[in-house]
Amino acid sequence: MSTTFWIILAGAVATYLTRVGGHLVISRFETIHPRVEAGLNAVPAAVLTTLVAPELLHAGPAEWAALIVTVAVSLRGGLMAMFLAGAAVLILARQFVG
Amino acid sequence: MAAEAISEGRTGGDFWDGVRLSMPVVVASAPFAVLFGTIAVDNGFSVLEAFLMSAMIYGGASQMVGIELFGQHVAPWLIVLSIFAVNFRHVLYSAGIGRRIAHWPVVQQALGYFILTDPQFAIAEARAESGRPVGFVWYLGLGLPVYVFWVIESGLGAVFGKMIPDTHALGIDFLLPIYFLGLVLGFRKRPLWAPVVAASAVASIIAYRTVGSPWHVSIGAIAGVLLAVMLPPHHSGVGKRP
Repeated sequence: MSTTFWIILAGAVATYLTRVGGHLVISRFETIHPRVEAGLNAVPAAVLTTLVAPELLHAGPAEWAALIVTVAVSLRGGLMAMFLAGAAVLILARQFVG
Repeated sequence: MAAEAISEGRTGGDFWDGVRLSMPVVVASAPFAVLFGTIAVDNGFSVLEAFLMSAMIYGGASQMVGIELFGQHVAPWLIVLSIFAVNFRHVLYSAGIGRRIAHWPVVQQALGYFILTDPQFAIAEARAESGRPVGFVWYLGLGLPVYVFWVIESGLGAVFGKMIPDTHALGIDFLLPIYFLGLVLGFRKRPLWAPVVAASAVASIIAYRTVGSPWHVSIGAIAGVLLAVMLPPHHSGVGKRP
């Protein structure tokens, strides 16, 4: 087996550990403290935000326009509408401002 | 018999409900799957290895980082550690989603955790929040198309990647932030949403500037979660949950 294969296999095991690990730790406790539960409820917003926020550092006019439109559409539309509107604005704006 | 037919019909309906929700994810991730395949071959992977990496790791950002380091001839253990670091946020997803799927048989849970990606977690959480059950069939309907397309498109990228035109003009590098922003906004009715988003945004930007990527993700996430833990419970609304 090649080194590449072993890298892939070890990477897969490491990744699976992250995907199952949080559950294995939490499930050892019989009851979940309200503060821990509040923390778990904050996970989606907390993690997903970190995947967006640093992008703002190098966002230009096209990127800002796309994000603003995404927020505007989110007030009314669903996820698909939001994404398509944001992507359309981005691609259109990049034809002009690069 | 009638009841059986109804429950079977509902199970099929659950599966297709999941498939319908998976479509934006399939669209948003497609360019990255193709791009990953292309970059993988560029950095010395075979088509089969690119395909295997997508099938076994199934985590876009970590695959990109892994392949980049591989191309720079970084030591194998460091590549694996970097993949682990990029994927570390899944520990939080796993802890959160465990509450929703603990009633599944163990084998189904084991499979469920394997396909626990960012959108899989976010969409399943949103469903649980709306009071509907997160069943295995629905979860599989959501996750299976994303997985199948991801693996196939990685292979296609590896084989045909050189044919991609100007990726910048197509906005490919910025599609995922738009998609993730959409997911963040989808949770805006949750208690503490605004302070958590603000804390995670500031902490991740500071960490990005100081500690660097990919640790800004874990550091930013922990800042938001800690804030929710520290604020008095009557703000977080957990006491009101049934």
